[in-house]
Amino acid sequence: MLGLPSNLAYVGVLVFVLAGSLWLELVLRTRVFARLPRLLLVLAVVIWPFLLWDAYAIAEGHWFFDATRITGIYLPAEIPLDELLFFLVIPIASILTIEAVRSVRSWPVGDGSDEEQRQVAQS
Amino acid sequence: MTYTQIAVLSVGVVVVLDLFVFRTRMVARKAFWASYAIIVFFQLITNGMFTGFGIVQYDGAAIIGSTSPTTGPPPMFGDGRIAFAPIEDLLFGFSLILLSISLWVLFGRMGISRTPVSGPPLWRRRVSSRTRD
Repeated sequence: MLGLPSNLAYVGVLVFVLAGSLWLELVLRTRVFARLPRLLLVLAVVIWPFLLWDAYAIAEGHWFFDATRITGIYLPAEIPLDELLFFLVIPIASILTIEAVRSVRSWPVGDGSDEEQRQVAQS
Repeated sequence: MTYTQIAVLSVGVVVVLDLFVFRTRMVARKAFWASYAIIVFFQLITNGMFTGFGIVQYDGAAIIGSTSPTTGPPPMFGDGRIAFAPIEDLLFGFSLILLSISLWVLFGRMGISRTPVSGPPLWRRRVSSRTRD
C-alpha cells in the first residue's frame, strides 16, 4: 500500500483513522487531550474486555491476521501489537467525535459539564 | 461461542452497562446517535480496508458468512458481509464505541477532568470574541 512496507498495512489503516479525527481537536476545539487524565482512564479500562475477546477469538480461530501485513510484534495470547493500537485509536476517535458534535450542537451528554459546555458554545 | 453470538452478547452487556450500571444513558441521547452515525460511516471504510486487503480474515464457522478466501478479497456485499467485513464487526464496533463514550461520560460525571469543555469551533470563536470586545 502506497509503497510502504506491507508490514505497516494494519498500522496504516490506524493512521487513516487518526488523520480523520485528530484535526477535530484543533478545528472544533474538542479539548479531549486537555482532559488527559480522563482520556487515559477510559483507555486503561476499555482495552481489557476487548483484549480478552481478541485473545479468545484468536485462540478459537474466529479471526486471524495476514502475518505479512502486521508489525510482527506480539503481546501475550498471540495478540498482535496492532490490535492493542486499534483498541486505543478507536476509543480516542470516538471520544473526539462526540466532543466535536458537542462543540457544534451542545446537545447534553450528562457528564456534569453540559451547562458550561452550552455557555462556551454560545459565548 | 461463535463470533456472531459473542458480538450480540457484547452489545447487550454494554447497553445494560450504559443504561443501568453507569446510568450514562448514551443510547437515549441525540449526541450519541449523531456521533455514531459519523463513526459508523468511517468504520465501514476502515473495516473495508482491513478485510478487503486481507489484513484480517475470518473463519466461516464463527460468522454468518463464509471463511475469507485465501486468494482475493471476500464479497463486498452479501454472504453476511458489508463493505467486505462480516456484519458482526458492526456489533463489535458498536460495543467498543458505546463503552468508550459511556466511560468518558461516567468519568466526567465523577469529576475527573470534567473541564475544559469542548468548543466553540474555530470559526465561531473569531466572531464571538470580536462582538464581546
